[in-house]
Amino acid sequence: MLIEIKDRSFEPYQRLLEYQTSAGFAGKYGATAVFVGSMREFNQGDDVETMLLEHYPGMTEKYLQKISEEAANKWDILDSLIVHRIGEMLPNDPIVLVAVWSAHRAAAFDASRYLMEELKSRAPFWKKERLSEQTRWIEKNT
Amino acid sequence: MREHLNFMTIKVKFFASLREHVGQAEAEIDDKSVRTVADVWRSVTKGLAFPDNTLMAVNMDYVEASHSVKKGDEVAFFPPVTGG
Repeated sequence: MLIEIKDRSFEPYQRLLEYQTSAGFAGKYGATAVFVGSMREFNQGDDVETMLLEHYPGMTEKYLQKISEEAANKWDILDSLIVHRIGEMLPNDPIVLVAVWSAHRAAAFDASRYLMEELKSRAPFWKKERLSEQTRWIEKNT
Repeated sequence: MREHLNFMTIKVKFFASLREHVGQAEAEIDDKSVRTVADVWRSVTKGLAFPDNTLMAVNMDYVEASHSVKKGDEVAFFPPVTGG
């Protein structure tokens, strides 16, 4: 179980492979569920030039750890990985990686969905978009 | 000295749009009339209206406005979260 906050661009598939290779569950997993969220170049009908992701240091890590532990208690999974960006981002930049390993697919699917939904509703991150002539905070997650 | 000061006060943090609305990122208060999170808001913002959707945390756990606070606590106010 690992959580990471990155203040610069990261390659989610490379990080996934590194983690999977170094983790101690080789030969034990039959399923890997992966979610990658990326920055769009449009939102609410407007072109978005850049986005700033702010977080509450300490509380963010605490809640990502908490939801990871909840998922591990609810489903029969082998391991999970959450990586989330902060700072200034450009369209197409990966924002979040969630990966879950389990023996069978149902647990990995369900736990990865749970981690993403809980992250979006409880982890203290905030997005501010820069459009061509203004900036605006995203007011709520969809 | 710094640790002593922190222990004697309540540390307050504001994030994102709420930080801009309040006009400050951090504050420290030493106000004997402050007993709850709602009191912290009143003491620091000097009467600024409390936005309906504000989320609150004490020592990095979500709480309600009626939650009690004590010296040494860290109290945070922020808008709905939008990560992921």
